[in-house]
Amino acid sequence: MNYNHFVIPFAAGALILFAILVARYAYWIVQMPRSDRRKAWTGFFRPAFFRSLWEVFRESLIHKKVFRVNAMLGWMHMSFAFGWFLLIIFGTIETKFHKHKVFNMPYDPIFLRYFEHDEKQFFFSQGFSFVMDFLLLILLAATFLAIFKRIRSRFFGMKRTTRLILGDRIALYSLWSVFPLRFLAESFTSGLHHNGGFLTGTAGIAFSSFLPLQQLELPAWWAYSSALFVFFVFLPFSRYNHIPTELFLIFLRNCGIKTSGRFSGFTEFEIYSCSRCGICIDKCQLAEVRPQQTQAVYFLQQIRRNILQPQTTFNCLQCGRCTEFCPVGIKADTLRSIKRTDYSLEYGFSYKYAEEKIPPPALPVDVGYFAGCMTHLTPSIKIAMENIMKKAGVRYHFIDRDGTVCCGRPLSLSGNERQARLLMRENKYIIRNSGIKTLVTSCPICLRVFRESYDLGIEVLHHSQYLLRLAEEGKISLKPTDAVFAYHDPCDLGRGLKIYEEPRMLIARCGELLHTQQEKNEALCCGNSLADFVTPEPRKQEMRDHTLQELLLNNPDALITACPLCKKSLTYGSNVPVKDIAELVAENQ
Amino acid sequence: MKNIVVIGGGIAGMEASAFLAAKGYSVDLIEKNDTLGGRLANWDRLFPTMRRGSEVTEFLAEGVMQEAVKVHLSADIVRVERHHDTFLLVTTQGNELHCDAILLATGYDLFDARRKEEYGYGIYDNVITSADLEQIFSSGRDILTQKGKKPSRVGFVHCVGSRDEKAGHTYCSKVCCVTGVKQAIEVKQQIPDAEIFNFYMDLRMYGMHFEALYKKAQEDFNVQFVRGRLSEAAENLDGSLALKVEDTLAGRPMKINVDLLVLLVGCTPSEGTRKMASLLGLKLGFNGFFKTTDQHTMTNYSDIPGVFFAGTCIGPNTITNAITDARAAATAIDIYLSGNQLANRKMKPHEEFWLYPSH
Repeated sequence: MNYNHFVIPFAAGALILFAILVARYAYWIVQMPRSDRRKAWTGFFRPAFFRSLWEVFRESLIHKKVFRVNAMLGWMHMSFAFGWFLLIIFGTIETKFHKHKVFNMPYDPIFLRYFEHDEKQFFFSQGFSFVMDFLLLILLAATFLAIFKRIRSRFFGMKRTTRLILGDRIALYSLWSVFPLRFLAESFTSGLHHNGGFLTGTAGIAFSSFLPLQQLELPAWWAYSSALFVFFVFLPFSRYNHIPTELFLIFLRNCGIKTSGRFSGFTEFEIYSCSRCGICIDKCQLAEVRPQQTQAVYFLQQIRRNILQPQTTFNCLQCGRCTEFCPVGIKADTLRSIKRTDYSLEYGFSYKYAEEKIPPPALPVDVGYFAGCMTHLTPSIKIAMENIMKKAGVRYHFIDRDGTVCCGRPLSLSGNERQARLLMRENKYIIRNSGIKTLVTSCPICLRVFRESYDLGIEVLHHSQYLLRLAEEGKISLKPTDAVFAYHDPCDLGRGLKIYEEPRMLIARCGELLHTQQEKNEALCCGNSLADFVTPEPRKQEMRDHTLQELLLNNPDALITACPLCKKSLTYGSNVPVKDIAELVAENQ
Repeated sequence: MKNIVVIGGGIAGMEASAFLAAKGYSVDLIEKNDTLGGRLANWDRLFPTMRRGSEVTEFLAEGVMQEAVKVHLSADIVRVERHHDTFLLVTTQGNELHCDAILLATGYDLFDARRKEEYGYGIYDNVITSADLEQIFSSGRDILTQKGKKPSRVGFVHCVGSRDEKAGHTYCSKVCCVTGVKQAIEVKQQIPDAEIFNFYMDLRMYGMHFEALYKKAQEDFNVQFVRGRLSEAAENLDGSLALKVEDTLAGRPMKINVDLLVLLVGCTPSEGTRKMASLLGLKLGFNGFFKTTDQHTMTNYSDIPGVFFAGTCIGPNTITNAITDARAAATAIDIYLSGNQLANRKMKPHEEFWLYPSH
């Protein structure tokens, strides 16, 4: 058996890491709701397992989503993850060949070069030396890129990088030192025994010409082993915790487990899967206007360190851009809205009006129109909708013509889940009582909560979807014009409900639709989100102006959106007319 | 003889031109419209005296005529060049005006009430602005709803586009409160049996005799003042408007129907202000009006020597104060051009933006 004292730090570090992770994961699994646990167990025997393996390869090793953000950044992540993975795989196989044994000590592949010098004894041993050296070179390059990224993050497509805490720093520096130390240790040994691959062999000869390798060999291996020890011990308390945790998250997600209304074992897996890569920082529009550390990465970090501030919890547009761009797919916006219920504040408002509301009588019609509070504040939209339906000969039930009972989402977003439920119950009763089969609303905020929390059992549509249906059925015909339009994707409609195409198809029937730099799932928020309770108005207007700048870049004749709140927000800053999709349809009908 | 170009033929521009000409300068007055008088030309009667606005315009025009100010109507500035102490301005007619000082009197624009869509201006037939109502007064027509009915209930909404962060105007427009009181009285004079409601946040009756006008409106004209901001207006089938307001003094929500709704629109920085700022390279303040050199002591001075301000281009103001300010600007220019030491006094720069949230 190969042994030297220097294997102790590595072995101890690996054991400590293993123990911490097992304890943690066991605790989280116990905390998961029973139904989720059952999904996870049965997942091993379902295609979910293979889907997970494929996703692990794609995201944990190749980092496809990071490549989408920036190629250099993707390359760096891939070289570390996939490079290290291959180094372990090839190292293990090489060891097995070397020793003609299937089972070896776990540290054997790590320190193989120190223990085994005679390389000509087995098949393809030259090839192994080459591959191992090649992988080491890739990892050294990755280390160089990682250090360079700390100095010039813009080179990697990032304006800002995450501010690191102490645990992160120690883990980071130990990771930076692991591969250079391995290189030195292997080169020193190669220099002494005149073997090694193209990298360590050549470097060994060079080092032997001016360094006392006899004296340096052991300290180098000690240093390499110690760097691994530090990295392993700090890993569970640093950003690198995402490496093992992400594997579990991917599997659990593929088993159909979702971020639901409260924190559970699953959300722990989510929270600890954050790699603090910082991609969400640049994607957060708040980062452009205020220095506060409120982005998803900091929110999750504060939860992990148990220092979460209400300020951080409520300083978020809930636009969903962080979730959209997160390479790990953490639903940071959902986590934040769950966390808000912890601070549920009773302001002493009465919502009695909802109970006192007399539901309008049921009418023998199939279609119901729910304008929503915000649409009542932008009356051109509801007038347009009424005109279109009148012209199309649709008989409909205007459910909230005489005032709306709030859909509840604004209260949900402020963490007042109990009051929100009260309003939702009343509204649900009103809608059910109307006897309609299709509910059409002009407000994506209402639409989202109707679909996600109401369980109405009827078809719920955004008016853009309904208008497109009317157009396709030939009930309305749209006159094409020469006008050129830009379209603003509302957050709740786009990223929230994935309704991107219907408004665009309607616009295309009325004129030419321009592309914008960031659109559909990448679209910017109008800045006037109901969900942010911290950002002052002028900063919101700054975000709005930035969004407008992008939307109006190609000089459209009008800006079209599909949300009354976005319309209101954009109108105050735009120098071209801002219209809802319903207004555009009404004008071109 | 030294030349001065005054840009903007409203109240401040006219009075300053006359005073400068009287001091012996050669004055060119540039006005983009085809008449002088600015926004005053569209106003019927003035608070608190109820004198006709045209009387003031005539008084100001008399000064311009008497002092032989060179008036350029329907003219605009297209180019400005600065040579040491002098300026060259080119007008749309191609006139090249060399001058030693420029006085900016570019005034204000009215807030576009269409932007506050919840009030329904441009959407509902019976929603008009205070400026529209003045036009009805000037024309001598009866105040009627769109369907030709005499309104039995009229609502006035204060602070439309003023003190409204969402609308991007955090400042007070100063003149709308008292205009609302004045117009309420005028409507009541024309339709004595109409009920008039004024919906306000605060009533700022700061000027001389304003409070008396407010008291008269309540006591002699029975105008109702409701403290609360209108949240939304909706149109009924008969064209009347259903208003949702919170009466914040009584602490209860209120629903009320009116036949006519008047929006008291605030003042916003004018298009001319923005244009001249970009031509001259002048800074605009946080609210979009010209930034004066000092808030207390140098309100007529810009950061460019030889360029001065007068009137509402630095912020909303009454006619009275615009005239006073015009005369002050004329004196400041005279002091500057005569090389008097008074013009060289400096103030430590102050920071306007500390008042506004930056983070």
